[in-house]
Amino acid sequence: MKIKKLVSGMALAMGASMVSYGALAADTIKVGVLHSLSGTMAISETTLKDTVLMMVEEQNKKGGLLGKKLEAVVVDPASNWPLFAEKARELLTKDKVDVIFGGWTSVSRKSVLPVIEELNGLMFYPVQYEGEESSKNVFYTGAAPNQQAIPAVDYLMNELGVERWVLAGTDYVYPRTTNKILEAYLKAKGVADSDIMINYTPFGHSDWQSIVSDVKKFGSKGKKTAVVSTINGDANVPFYKELGNQGISSEDIPVVAFSVGEEELSGIDTKPLVGHLAAWNYFQSVDSEANEKFITNWKTFIGNPKRVTNDPMEATYIGFNMWTQAVKKAGTTDVDAVEQAMIGQKSPNLTGGVAVMNKNHHLSKPVLIGEIQDDGQFEVVWETEGVVPGDAWSDFLPGSKDLISDWTSPIKCGNYNTVTRTCSGQNF
Amino acid sequence: MKRYLALCCCVLGLLLNPALNPAFAEADQPHSVTSTEPSPEAVVGRSPKVQMLLIELTEKSLNKAVPVLEKLEQSGGEAMLPLFRTMLGGNLYFIKASRQVVALVETASGDAFADVFTGQALPDVAKKQTKKIRVNNRLRGYLRDAIARIQLSSSDPFAREKAVRNLLSELDQPTIEAIQSARVNEPNTAVQEMMDLALAMHKLTNAALAVDQLEAIEALSGSLESEVRNLLARVSESENYEPAVNKAAASALVKIQDKVEFYAFIDQLFFGLSLGSVLLLAAIGLAITFGVMGVINMAHGEMIMLGAYTTYVVQLMLPNHIEYSLWLAIPLAFIVSGLMGVLIERGVIRFLHGRPLETLLATFGISLILQQLVRTIFSPLNRQVASPEWMSGSIEINPVLSLTLNRLYILAFALLVFFLLQLILKKTSLGLNVRAVSQNRNMARAMGVRSDWVDAMTFGLGSGIAGIAGVALSQLTNVGPNLGQAYIIDSFMVVVFGGVGNLLGTLVAAFSLGIANKFLEPVTGAVLASILVLVFIILFIQKRPKGLFPQKGRAAE
Repeated sequence: MKIKKLVSGMALAMGASMVSYGALAADTIKVGVLHSLSGTMAISETTLKDTVLMMVEEQNKKGGLLGKKLEAVVVDPASNWPLFAEKARELLTKDKVDVIFGGWTSVSRKSVLPVIEELNGLMFYPVQYEGEESSKNVFYTGAAPNQQAIPAVDYLMNELGVERWVLAGTDYVYPRTTNKILEAYLKAKGVADSDIMINYTPFGHSDWQSIVSDVKKFGSKGKKTAVVSTINGDANVPFYKELGNQGISSEDIPVVAFSVGEEELSGIDTKPLVGHLAAWNYFQSVDSEANEKFITNWKTFIGNPKRVTNDPMEATYIGFNMWTQAVKKAGTTDVDAVEQAMIGQKSPNLTGGVAVMNKNHHLSKPVLIGEIQDDGQFEVVWETEGVVPGDAWSDFLPGSKDLISDWTSPIKCGNYNTVTRTCSGQNF
Repeated sequence: MKRYLALCCCVLGLLLNPALNPAFAEADQPHSVTSTEPSPEAVVGRSPKVQMLLIELTEKSLNKAVPVLEKLEQSGGEAMLPLFRTMLGGNLYFIKASRQVVALVETASGDAFADVFTGQALPDVAKKQTKKIRVNNRLRGYLRDAIARIQLSSSDPFAREKAVRNLLSELDQPTIEAIQSARVNEPNTAVQEMMDLALAMHKLTNAALAVDQLEAIEALSGSLESEVRNLLARVSESENYEPAVNKAAASALVKIQDKVEFYAFIDQLFFGLSLGSVLLLAAIGLAITFGVMGVINMAHGEMIMLGAYTTYVVQLMLPNHIEYSLWLAIPLAFIVSGLMGVLIERGVIRFLHGRPLETLLATFGISLILQQLVRTIFSPLNRQVASPEWMSGSIEINPVLSLTLNRLYILAFALLVFFLLQLILKKTSLGLNVRAVSQNRNMARAMGVRSDWVDAMTFGLGSGIAGIAGVALSQLTNVGPNLGQAYIIDSFMVVVFGGVGNLLGTLVAAFSLGIANKFLEPVTGAVLASILVLVFIILFIQKRPKGLFPQKGRAAE
């Protein structure tokens, strides 16, 4: 009996809160935030939720958008991939949000895609990913493989003279696709099969002894060896620790990582990592006025002077700025109008230069390679001369070589085949 | 007992005494610089040529710095050692206005600057006026080699041996000449051997006569250095050598390869034992609560997690005593996790006695509560637990076999915990009571054993051991709210495989699963290896439901 009362009381309270939500909704523009706040990915995604909240607050201080205030609607998909789809549906149908910022892992994005296309929503995805996708309803503000992996390999090959390659990754879609692209790329560059070693490990792998010892053996054949790491999440910590313990220094076998940034380094002892590399489009250490301002704003917003900034945060920042500009240009938050207005939007990068949104919903951005320093920051050792336009479909995979994505008339297709001149009709 | 200890100390002392140990005997040669003013480093450092090169160094981009460093090495020689070391450490700066190169040094009151060559403090220089001279991996590599070349004349034999080894990959003419001249006066046999190896490698590549080449191969055979192996492999296939030389190189290579494979086997065995020790630590607490008491405790992993967090808190409280923090963390983790275990037993499990399904669900709920508790208190982010200095690095037995220290300590620690636990169960009255209750609760109660109290203590003991495992795991993996979940499945696997209620079974199961996993891994990859192990256990349990060491007799029911 008691429990029944409690439940009905809770239902009442929830109903009441929803009503108040509804009353508020009329004169605000709603920004959905779909980042995991619990579970394994909470470590990385919570930061992005806070970034969106900071951007919303700043925009409201400037007077909002189209004369209305922005209102953030935060939901927690709890690192549970099917829940991402449910929460996206909830945001679009119940809360009627005008835009969603969200996702981290590729599997979460893939899970949201059908929902967001069915309901014609708009999503900004701020993390580097494996490419091979372009949806009308998604803008990809993180790096495509040609904006991170390929330049990193070029750097190792040309600047460090690397001849033998270890492609190590966590066992899921992003590392597998990236490594497939890299393998094809390396072979196109004349690297022999026997000079490539590919290794996959489960999420959260902690016993790296034999893999690191294999890498050591692989690297002792007299040719310069490097590890290209798509190891994701907290498995990186024991991996680098083991490298240090087995005495592999960054001069012997450098490791270039695509998922290790300032945020990941902030929780660990960086001594054994010094000199290892990471490829991103943004580093906190880059000296620029815009970056300095962003970092100060972030630290004040979060109330912790020790917090760091990272690449997906910059991607969120650029995506948010472009969205506000596009809404202003379109004069409405209608998805189709904003989508068309987005293409060609320019927003200054935090590292200098200007990012441009291309027809394929990917950004043109500079690529930076940094070496890890003992304070957990990166020292930029190399950068591309200009910006690199993001390529949705890799040129190095047989299936996707001929595909392009172009969301402007007359093509309006995410996977247009330039040889057969057809659009497969599938949207992503 | 005391006499044994004293004897051990004596032996250790003898081993470590430099005068009595030939390997160290030559360490005290007077090589070092006397402290008369001004030191030779300072003189060379102030010479106009070096000054000019230093200014050049501040102006060059990263990619063009190597030639400047080469010139510095040639003109400065030994005097450049402090400069190179500072640069290697990333502490080399220059004053923007005067382009004077300075070293960043850490002092008690924060960062300060000093002269690179004399070490004299420069209190007037503020960090704002300076700029860092950046280093990348290529420069680090060059600097390390340069330091090695200079250090050929170091007073420490280990430094000399390391220097020669570092040079094996870069045997050009000046390096060989440096080694040759150093070889003449080299008193230490280990360093002599290393130098002879380098000279033989050089001889093999550069000698014109087949006789000399064969002689060089003779000298090289048996060495495990990877550079030697690569050289021999090249020679055995190269057409620039006579067939006889090709053949000799190939047979020397085969001999070396056999040795390497033998050590690789030992290496893998060690990896397996190490993984086994981790499994043992994680599972042994469960072997008590699940094996002896029969409680399916899904919150066991969280007991491990609490232990790891205790280590974190201890290090947080004593930031200056990281070296000893683990010794304090071990008993504290035992107490924290043990008390939590007693609390869970008294608060929940005793009401669910004999209802395994409810116990499973309730403890699973507890595990979620504990995880969320930790998330709320410590944040969902992983916490950093530092490794003490004595646990980092590895013991290098030979160039192809080195054992990482942290794994070695944890292996020993796991065995120690196992034997202590055996001792408690076999020799103490608590152990007697525990065994009595687990064999026949009613009979034990009839004999006057307080079964409630024994249950609580047993659960506390099992949980406490899990806490100790957490301390060890904090040295190997991430300390975060999900730490326990990663080990709970493995722990159950080990206990079920080993046979419920049998500690020895847990030991054997842990090590055999660890070794099997590590021997499968190179063949199948990490993902498939764990799948195969799991499939094997399922099949094994089908055949022998009671595990490796089933309980026999009346205790079995």
